[in-house]
Amino acid sequence: MSRTLFDKIWDSHVVTRTEGSPDVLYIDRHFIHEVTSPQAFSGLRKRGIPVFRTNQTIATADHNVPTENQEKPISEPMSRMQVDALINNCEEFGIELYGLGHPYQGIVHVIGPELGITLPGMTIVCGDSHTSTHGAFGAVAFGIGTSEVEQVLATQSILKEKPASMRITIDGELKPGVTSKDLILYIISRISTSGGTGYFVEYAGSAIEALSMEARMTICNMSIEMGARGGMIAPDQTTFDYIAGREFAPKGHDFENALTYWKTLTTDEDAMFDKEYRFHADDIEPMITYGTNPGMGIPLSAPIPTPEQMETESDQKALEKSLNYMGLDAGSSLLGKPVDYVFIGSCTNSRIEDLRQVAALVKGRKKAANVQVLVVPGSRQVRAQAKAEGLDKILAEAGFVLREPGCSACLGMNEDKVPAGKYCVSTSNRNFEGRQGPGARTFLASPLTAAATAILGHIADARALI
Amino acid sequence: MPGFDKFSSRIVPLNIENVDTDQIIPARFLKATNREGFGANLFCDWRYEKDGSPKAGFILNDPSWSGEILVAGKNFGCGSSREHAAWALADYGFRVVVSSFFADIFKANALNNSLLPIQVSDQFLKQIFEQAALNPQTLLTVDLESQIIRLEATGGEESFEINAYKKACLLHGYDDIDFLLSQKENIESFEKEHLFQQF
Repeated sequence: MSRTLFDKIWDSHVVTRTEGSPDVLYIDRHFIHEVTSPQAFSGLRKRGIPVFRTNQTIATADHNVPTENQEKPISEPMSRMQVDALINNCEEFGIELYGLGHPYQGIVHVIGPELGITLPGMTIVCGDSHTSTHGAFGAVAFGIGTSEVEQVLATQSILKEKPASMRITIDGELKPGVTSKDLILYIISRISTSGGTGYFVEYAGSAIEALSMEARMTICNMSIEMGARGGMIAPDQTTFDYIAGREFAPKGHDFENALTYWKTLTTDEDAMFDKEYRFHADDIEPMITYGTNPGMGIPLSAPIPTPEQMETESDQKALEKSLNYMGLDAGSSLLGKPVDYVFIGSCTNSRIEDLRQVAALVKGRKKAANVQVLVVPGSRQVRAQAKAEGLDKILAEAGFVLREPGCSACLGMNEDKVPAGKYCVSTSNRNFEGRQGPGARTFLASPLTAAATAILGHIADARALI
Repeated sequence: MPGFDKFSSRIVPLNIENVDTDQIIPARFLKATNREGFGANLFCDWRYEKDGSPKAGFILNDPSWSGEILVAGKNFGCGSSREHAAWALADYGFRVVVSSFFADIFKANALNNSLLPIQVSDQFLKQIFEQAALNPQTLLTVDLESQIIRLEATGGEESFEINAYKKACLLHGYDDIDFLLSQKENIESFEKEHLFQQF
C-alpha cells in the first residue's frame, strides 16, 4: 500500500497499537529545557523511578536566560532557581546538559539540528510547541506537555493517537526579497490559525525543494501556528549535505548506512492525504501580521482588512478586538508606520543565514534613532560563526547589538521585553497579546523586513534597500 | 488522581475565540518548579490591572458567574505547549472546558490533568452562550460515562467524543505513566529491532 512520509516514520515507531487506545510511540530523541521539565523530574522522584534512556535526552537552558553577561549568575531569582533546578535534575538523573557558558548552549530547536542530533526518520519530542522545527529534516517532531515529558523520561515512549495527514504544495519560485518566513506567514494567513489542527503537515513542491535547511526549519517551525501537530519536509541532497560532518551525526560507514535508509523517506507517488492545499510561490510578497494571532497576516503593501471584509460575525469581533489591542485602524497601511523595537532572533529566525541576510542589508547603514534593535543568535555556535565572519562588527556599526543566545524577547519570560503599548517588528513566531511583555504590540515579519524597518525607523519593504 | 463522576455545575462563559495559552497563563508565570498555585494568575492580563486590582468587566471578576465549567469560543488553548495552562485552569477550580474546537496540545495536557475538554457543535455552543446571557444560574450536566453533556435550561443534549482509553483513565483516576510502565517489556523488545539504533 502507498504510504506518506509521515506514515512511514510514525508506523515504524509504534511499539504497540490497540483499537480505541492511543499508539505507544517510541521516541528517538528528547530535548528538554528549564521551563517545562522540573515538574516531570519531580514526578519521577515521587514514583522513585530513573530516566529510562539517559543518552536519548539532551538538555539546554534557553527560555529564561539573560542575553547579556551570561558568565555572571542570573540576577532574576525565579529564573535562576529554574535554571539551577535543571542543572541539579540533569546531574541527579544523568542527562547531558548544554547549560549557560557551554559552547553548545542555545535555543533547543537551533542546537539539535546544528549538532547533528536531529536526523531524518526520527521521532523527536520536546516540551515546547516549536519542536516542529526538526521536521525540516524529515523527522516526526512535535511539542508535548510536561506530563508527556515525564512519560518520555520514564519509558522513552509516549501515548499518542496518530494525527490525520495534510500536504501543502508550493509550486514555482519565490521572488527575490521574499523569504521562507514570508512563505509560512502567507500559508498561515490562508489556512488560519486553527486550519491545521488535528493534522501533521508535509510541505512539498519546487519552492520548498529550492530552500536551504535553515529556511526549511523556519517553515516547519511555524506549523504549530496554524494548529498543526507538526510539519515535515522529505530529506534530499540539501538535507544530507547539511548533516554530513556535524558533531553527533553518523560518520563514515554509519553515515553511508544511514543515507541508504534516509533515501527511502519520501511520500509514495500515489499516497493519499486527508487534506491537500496547493499554493504558488510567485503569488507571495513580503508578509507582516497586523493582529494578535499569526493567521492575521497581509502582504506588506496591502491595507489592514476591515470588519466588512470578514465572513462571519465572530471574525469581525476578533478583528476589532485585535486592532483595539494593537492600536491600529482597519483599512490603513502598515508601510511607513513608526516602530519602537526590532527583534531579530527566536527559534524561527536566529540562525547564521538570518544574521548574514541582516548584516548584508545593514552594512554601511545606521539604524534609525527611534528604534532599539536586538539581534539574538540562536546558539553559542551561531554567535561564534557570526563573529568569525565579522558580522558582529557590521551589526555594531549599524547600531545593532549582537547579544548572547537565548529565546530572548520572543516570549517575555526573561529580561528582554517590549514595554506596554510599544510596537515591535519581530522575526519570532507569535504575536499574541502580551507575548513579548504585558501590553506589547508585535508585528511578525522576516529578518529582511525587520532589518529594513530598523534602518528606516518605520515598517519598510527591504526590497527598496537591496 | 480522583475519578470523574457525573456532575452538574453553573458555568463561566468566556465568549472569545482563539484563546491562546499565553492568555491563559502568561510566560512570566512559568518559573515555578511545582504544579500548584497557577490558578491565582489564570488569565492574568485580562483579569488584573497593572496595579493588581481586578479589571472590571472580565468574567472571572464578575460575582454573578461561578462554577466548575468554563465555556469558551472555538480554538481554545492554541499556541504554546505549556501544561501550566491546564494546571492553572484546574487549580482555579475548573473541571471541564467546553468549546467548539480545541488545540491539540492543550487537549492532551488537559486530559493528563483530569480537566475534561468537551468539544460541542457550534450550534450547541451558541445555545449555551444564549442561555447564559438570559440566566447566570444556567446549569450544564456532564456525564462522562455516557459521554453526554446537557444544557438543563432547554433539556438540549449532545454526545461528545473521547478516546476510550482516556475515558477509562479519567473515570478510574489512572494516568499514562502507569500504563506505559506496564509496557516496559514491549518497549525493550521494540528497541532491539529498531532501525535507528543500528547507526
